[in-house]
Amino acid sequence: MSPELRSGDGASRAPVSQSGTQLPVTGDVSGLIGGEITVNIDGNDVKVPMGTTILEAAKKIGVRIPTLCHHPDLCVAGVCRMCVVEVEGQRALQAACAYPVTGSLKVRTHTRKVRQARRHILDLLLSTHYGECYSCKRNNNCELQALAKEYGVDFYRFGHVTESQHPKDESSYSVIRDMDKCILCRRCVRTCIDMQEVGVLEAVGRSNKTRISTYLDKALADVVCINCGQCINRCPTGALHANDTSDEVWAAIDDPKKHVVIQTAPSPRAGIGECFGLEPGTAMTYQLNTALKTMGFDKVFDTNFTADLTILEEGTELLVRLHKALVKKEPVALPQFTSCSPGWVKYLEHFHPEYIPNLSSAKSPQQMFGAVIKTYYAQQNHIDPKDIVTVALMPCSAKKFECNRPEMADSGFKDVDFGLTTREMAQMVKEAGIHLPDMPKSDFDDPFGTATGSGVIFGATGGVMEAALRTVIELVCGIKVEKLFDHANIVPVRGFEGVRYVELPITQVAAEVPAILKALIPSFDFLKGATLKVAVAHGTANARRVVDDIKAGGKFSECHFIEFMGCPGGCLGGGGQPIPTSPEIRAARARAIYAEDAECVVRKSHENPAVLKLYGEFLTDGPCGHKSHELLHTHYTPRGKHID
Amino acid sequence: MQPINSKKTPLTFDSIEPGAGLAVAMKKSRADIIGEVAASNLRGRGGAGFPTGTKWNLAAAARVKDGEFKYVVCNADEGEPGTFKDRVLLLDYADLVFEGMTIAARAIGAARGILYLRGEYVYMRAHLDAVLDRRRKAGQLGRGVLGVAGFDFDIEIRMGAGAYVCGEETALIESLEGHRGEPRNRPPFPVDTGFLKQPTVVNNVETLASVTAIMARGAAWFKGIGSERSAGFKLFSVSGDCDQPGVYEFPLGITVKELLAKVGGSNAKAVQVGGASGICLPVADFGRRIAFEDVATGGSIIVFGPGRDMLHVAKNFMEFFVEESCGQCTPCRVGNVKLLEGIEKLEQGTCTNAYLKDLLSLCETMQLASKCGLGQSSPNAFVSIVNNFQDEILGRTPVLIRGER
Amino acid sequence: MIVGQQQKMQDEIRELIGQHGRTRAALLPVLQELQRRHASISDFAMQVVADELGIHPAEVYGVVTFYAFLHHVPMGRFQIRLCQTISCDLAGKARVARQLENELGIAFGETTPDGRFSLEWASCLGMCDQGPALLVNDHVYTRVTPDQVHQIIEDCRKVFGAHAAQPTHA
Repeated sequence: MSPELRSGDGASRAPVSQSGTQLPVTGDVSGLIGGEITVNIDGNDVKVPMGTTILEAAKKIGVRIPTLCHHPDLCVAGVCRMCVVEVEGQRALQAACAYPVTGSLKVRTHTRKVRQARRHILDLLLSTHYGECYSCKRNNNCELQALAKEYGVDFYRFGHVTESQHPKDESSYSVIRDMDKCILCRRCVRTCIDMQEVGVLEAVGRSNKTRISTYLDKALADVVCINCGQCINRCPTGALHANDTSDEVWAAIDDPKKHVVIQTAPSPRAGIGECFGLEPGTAMTYQLNTALKTMGFDKVFDTNFTADLTILEEGTELLVRLHKALVKKEPVALPQFTSCSPGWVKYLEHFHPEYIPNLSSAKSPQQMFGAVIKTYYAQQNHIDPKDIVTVALMPCSAKKFECNRPEMADSGFKDVDFGLTTREMAQMVKEAGIHLPDMPKSDFDDPFGTATGSGVIFGATGGVMEAALRTVIELVCGIKVEKLFDHANIVPVRGFEGVRYVELPITQVAAEVPAILKALIPSFDFLKGATLKVAVAHGTANARRVVDDIKAGGKFSECHFIEFMGCPGGCLGGGGQPIPTSPEIRAARARAIYAEDAECVVRKSHENPAVLKLYGEFLTDGPCGHKSHELLHTHYTPRGKHID
Repeated sequence: MQPINSKKTPLTFDSIEPGAGLAVAMKKSRADIIGEVAASNLRGRGGAGFPTGTKWNLAAAARVKDGEFKYVVCNADEGEPGTFKDRVLLLDYADLVFEGMTIAARAIGAARGILYLRGEYVYMRAHLDAVLDRRRKAGQLGRGVLGVAGFDFDIEIRMGAGAYVCGEETALIESLEGHRGEPRNRPPFPVDTGFLKQPTVVNNVETLASVTAIMARGAAWFKGIGSERSAGFKLFSVSGDCDQPGVYEFPLGITVKELLAKVGGSNAKAVQVGGASGICLPVADFGRRIAFEDVATGGSIIVFGPGRDMLHVAKNFMEFFVEESCGQCTPCRVGNVKLLEGIEKLEQGTCTNAYLKDLLSLCETMQLASKCGLGQSSPNAFVSIVNNFQDEILGRTPVLIRGER
Repeated sequence: MIVGQQQKMQDEIRELIGQHGRTRAALLPVLQELQRRHASISDFAMQVVADELGIHPAEVYGVVTFYAFLHHVPMGRFQIRLCQTISCDLAGKARVARQLENELGIAFGETTPDGRFSLEWASCLGMCDQGPALLVNDHVYTRVTPDQVHQIIEDCRKVFGAHAAQPTHA
């Protein structure tokens, strides 16, 4: 799919007026761009930049206009009509989310007509909304339910469906679709087509037969869904939710024969507090450790441990590729792509399978953890691996698919038994009667409790790159990375820009290659004077832009290493994270993650003593050695995008 | 079997020599063309009645980047139930329509024209293509129209595919762009951001033919016909229970009663003016005028004789809207279904007065809060039939319904 | 669909896109032509069109299911569309409908088992002064009475026998 074929600026299907987050301004306002204009809302004046929507203008002065189809991450739709307001001089009500202010307006937001319309819209949506709130995953976190309460809905004015109209699609390991609860706001469509450019979900049919569906109404498991779960994060109701395996996890906990081990990733720890009413960005890492032990998990480990392990494997792999390309002149796929985001991996398998050789063969931290637990840890602790249940707390719905990939059984068992999302874990914690913020803090269990700041920042876009650079630069250059970057903060790769490109000149190289790598690379001299070119992309739409550029031979084709994350913001914006999401919420979670990094004593993966111990005792032939290849590396499946 | 001639009165368009209007226009400056159209007080013939001169002015003022064009789109997606005047215009007066598009292009500075022809009129395609070919050969289309250097304009025909909502101008543009025919948010308006984001004028078939007539005969002539706020003559599509259904031309401002007398429908019990999205007038309202200031219409007149069951009529209209709503916005997608279900309750004789009031207030919401004109006008027939024929529709027994069918 | 047919379809679509342009705006004309030639737009065809235009198959499917004249399931060689809207209703479309069902042995929304006829309702055909009206493919019939229905169908059958090829359900 070449970008020039897309109508407009990358937004594909959305009608002009609905594409892009910027609302087009009507008329000749060139002289006024950047200018401000006064809007009168319910009698109060507010000054806003030209083109601001009525909705945004109202927010500025504390007037809350209810919305359903509007979402801060998505282009305007204007379809639910919940946000209608009266604009003086206009016969019809106007959708506040879609109406750009280009002249002075008088707006009234709660007149009889407006209140009646909103109530009717709720009545109409409820008349086709099947299912009870008690048995809904989104009970108490549902925008439709909240508005029904706000508008005093106390009976079904226009009736209510009493039978299911749509079979549930439970085919996917990751995302479940319950179209009985769909209100056709199309946030998922805009997420899937415009934001992620995956294009699995679309409005299908017409009129009252309109439904959100897939190509030929196929099951989600049979189409090109990458399981990113971004649609779930933006669904206002319970129509989309993750495939919940918490019951199986409870069953394992309840089974005395099972040794249940859980790893927690940094992003859920930064996000789970939101499920307990805390401000976004309040990390609950150590309270969660206590809670998990209280709930009955036998061991609580830190995914950061295998994040550090991933860095050593993936970093070594990169150096080996560079060595092959530059010294041995062997054909080798470059740039190397990161492989820890399972949404991104499946995206590549479907849409750009010819680039699979570029993917790092290193497994994701989640999968490395499972493999290590059921081998090394089992041996060390004399536990039969068949009695070990490994659970992963992840911010991600795609991790559920990842742990079910058939190839992910190098330990001889399913490496990771269950992936739980942040939301599911919050539910389990509540079910255990625990108010997380009140829990005392406690540490992770050994031997995998020691992690570095590099592992922590995996949660944010650019984090894997930064972690890899901290290690690679230090090993290659032979000087402390802190000498090059203040406090080892490699700021250029941070941030939320969709695509970031950074060049790092290698001015000096270490005299000696560290012993652990010596077998693979005899000397770093070949890198002297070279410039390491790296890039970071998050969200598959941005990823596509980079891959397209590589295909076209653009500047990204000259990169050596590119970090790709399937979700906007990286893992902290994953499809398993608390709902709602917004740029502000994701930024707050990122702050929590970088704060945790800054607090870490050890901040570089190759200095993690537990990781070094693992290489010393178990993976004795070093990173990318025989043993690690067997356990910690994987292969991928070219899936293509044709739908059978 | 092609449709037989439907014209029941002589049409002014018969007296407009093809080429005359364009020739006049080419002698005028762009501003003067628009000025002439504005002075004629011509309002859109599709039904909404937006002043054509104003629309063109906005499009003329809009700017395009180098290498991009403005567009003139002729909306020939005539789908309003009871409307077929465009069929007659396209079959018999295609030159005047294409000429109107060319004049519009000259006025706003457009380089491309598109006739969006409804899929149901596919049998006209060959004829229209032939007319376009002839016009190209005559130098009336193509590079340097009528030898005027720099005025390049050509017209292509694009087919609809069976969606009434595509008669809504932004849905039509969506359809042209290869999307589902779902209306856009407005603003921005097509005159500013239309087809492929370029300034686009979308005009009804009859509007464009009228422009040609205005150019040929002058704004003053046109303004002299009709009423003060509704200038000119108008084509009417008359069907239903009358002696002479067909296409008629009357000056705007004619009363319903006068019109009925001319079409042989004087014993009517009710008249639907404006098609499914219009309103249903009972005998008591037959004195009302068909004009923008009273009962506005795109020209559809459906006559109901004394024996007709008005609830059955309302049901047919609501079935139409349930089928044809684009399904995008809540009030229209679900609201029309609720109205249809309400009619079924009335048929069964199980609708309480309170529920009927709920439905009428729902109609107000649909009229106010729907995203486009389809949803905003879809309850009109329901409201007017319920209000005007309440005696007839309340307290039914299901048996009676079967008898009527 | 066997490989040879797929290749043929792919070539055909590329040719159509060559004519109409490799832009999304070409989508409807391309789909309409495929519909006209093959009486439906197949699963495979929708995916090829999507690929060629750089859009997602789900988007093509969304468009096909939006428009009443586009179909992704095979339709009959003759698509009979009877106008169901008010003027034709007043003029007696119900009895014409009944007779169409009788003659064809199918209900509205169905296709005869031999793949020859599909029967559908249409919204206003713009023949309100000459109702009841129906369309058979590109051909319009007006003032149809129940007793003409048999002949209309027989005319189609004759065309079928004489020169209509089997619909190539791709």
